[in-house]
Amino acid sequence: MNRRLLKDRTAGYMMFFLTISSLLLVVTMGIGLYLKASPILEEHSLWDLLSASEWKPMKNQFGFFPFLMGTLWVSGLALIIAIPISLLMAIYLTEYAHSLVRRFVYPFLDILAGLPSVIYGVWGMLLIVPWVANVAAPWVDRNTTGYTTLACGIVLGVMVIPLLVSLFIEIFSNVSHELREATFALGATRWQTTKHVVLRKTAPGIIAAIVLAASRVMGETIAAIMVCGNLAIAPGSLLDACYPIPALIANNYGEMLSMPLYESALMFAAFILFFVVLVFNLFSRLVLKKIKTE
Amino acid sequence: MNLFHREKASAKDNAFVVNNKFPHPDDMRLSTHALCVSIGGNPILKHVNVDIPCNKITCIIGPSGCGKTTLLRTFNRLVDTIEGVKMTGVVMLGNQNIVAAGASELTEIRRHIGLVPQRPCPLPMSIYDNIAYGCRIHGISGRRKLDAIVEYYLRAVGLWDEVKDRLNAPANKLSGGQQQRLCLARSLAIEPSYLLADESTSALDPISSRMVEELFVKLKKDYSIVMVTHTLRQAKRIADHVIFMYLGEVIEEGDAEQVFNRPKHELTQRYLAGSFS
Repeated sequence: MNRRLLKDRTAGYMMFFLTISSLLLVVTMGIGLYLKASPILEEHSLWDLLSASEWKPMKNQFGFFPFLMGTLWVSGLALIIAIPISLLMAIYLTEYAHSLVRRFVYPFLDILAGLPSVIYGVWGMLLIVPWVANVAAPWVDRNTTGYTTLACGIVLGVMVIPLLVSLFIEIFSNVSHELREATFALGATRWQTTKHVVLRKTAPGIIAAIVLAASRVMGETIAAIMVCGNLAIAPGSLLDACYPIPALIANNYGEMLSMPLYESALMFAAFILFFVVLVFNLFSRLVLKKIKTE
Repeated sequence: MNLFHREKASAKDNAFVVNNKFPHPDDMRLSTHALCVSIGGNPILKHVNVDIPCNKITCIIGPSGCGKTTLLRTFNRLVDTIEGVKMTGVVMLGNQNIVAAGASELTEIRRHIGLVPQRPCPLPMSIYDNIAYGCRIHGISGRRKLDAIVEYYLRAVGLWDEVKDRLNAPANKLSGGQQQRLCLARSLAIEPSYLLADESTSALDPISSRMVEELFVKLKKDYSIVMVTHTLRQAKRIADHVIFMYLGEVIEEGDAEQVFNRPKHELTQRYLAGSFS
């Protein structure tokens, strides 16, 4: 075999191997987390762990319900804030805005998307937390420190907006120019074109982008820790403190050396997160496939 | 008895007519006067004066890059979507200047001037909704009316028998030729006075292309058709009126018979003889 072909083939195998190993990484991570979490699963049933609310590692009580609820509340709130805002922003930028506006806004969006999450956390502590404590809570006759689910949801929502906007922009710009012209030529306004053609054409992509954003929000750690309050209670309202799963892991890992089950419990928390994100992604793939074939 | 009769008559007066749903002003002649269009400072159309006759097929011919498509897209102001476009001069539709029209008038102007695109471009919805879409955005609603409209215009383009059992299927499942006829029906459904066709048969196979061409010939009874074409043979087959353009200028305009057989201008003669294209 001549050298040219040999090189080509080696390069091919090498790239194949690297690609496959990234897939294997996901599998090994999953297995590793599961193995590390198994001691606690042997001692408590899965259902007990997920539904119990008491978190007292010293007394061997590991209830994950507050953390699950914390993650759900925070992610739900963040998405409720972020989705409409970023959709409208992306629609404006792709369908309405003059190219000059676009040229100025895009770099800013990139900067926002690239900011380290700790900066969003600081911003939340300086601005959102006092706002919740001094404005939002008194408005409904409540007294809080401001470190609440609401603050956390707002911070994470704002944080994920640049990501969502740039994903949406990408998706919308893939809609062919001809399609837009076809509906303009029928006398449609830009809003009608957006609503009936652009959004319809890109619905699968929009769902995929939202799922991506959801995974990002659920896994966000630093910004959440800084504003969520870190109290192991299931939030009953937006003005209660909460404790999302990533915050639990990051706050406690390293302090649990003396208690064998504690580490296992935190690994179980990581496994839950891993599993939820995995299921989310698989689910979105299924939805995408179904919409595409319809 | 008398009362009953009158009621019936007035009901009939208000009745919905499938091909006369929108107001149609009487004089809807399309013409340009000293029209200049430039894109990013480059002049594309220079001082164009043309007059498009009603109920005829007008073919715009000329070599690539001569501004045919730009002229066509100025008629319904689709040139607006291009960045850096500047228009001066006048394009009259009836008594309205298209060049000066604001956004609110544009949607109405575009209802009067339909477009059949170069490549078939069904909207991402069902066959039914593709036809109903234009009527819906112009304020016609109600299942019965829309049903009638969809059937009428699908019949008009000879597509009804082919698709009547799958009206709710996505339009992009149709073949290219069917899609192009669907686009034609979609444009017709909003009752334009003018129909712009930008090489509408060039992306189709010969049979579908012939079918669309024949439809144009039939349609000129009710519509005025302006067509950009690259194929001289097609222009010779169906044109009633011809506009020959070269480098952004109208070189010759006139009756098809005259332009093709006794061209006045030397450039036209050379183009028709095939010495450049």
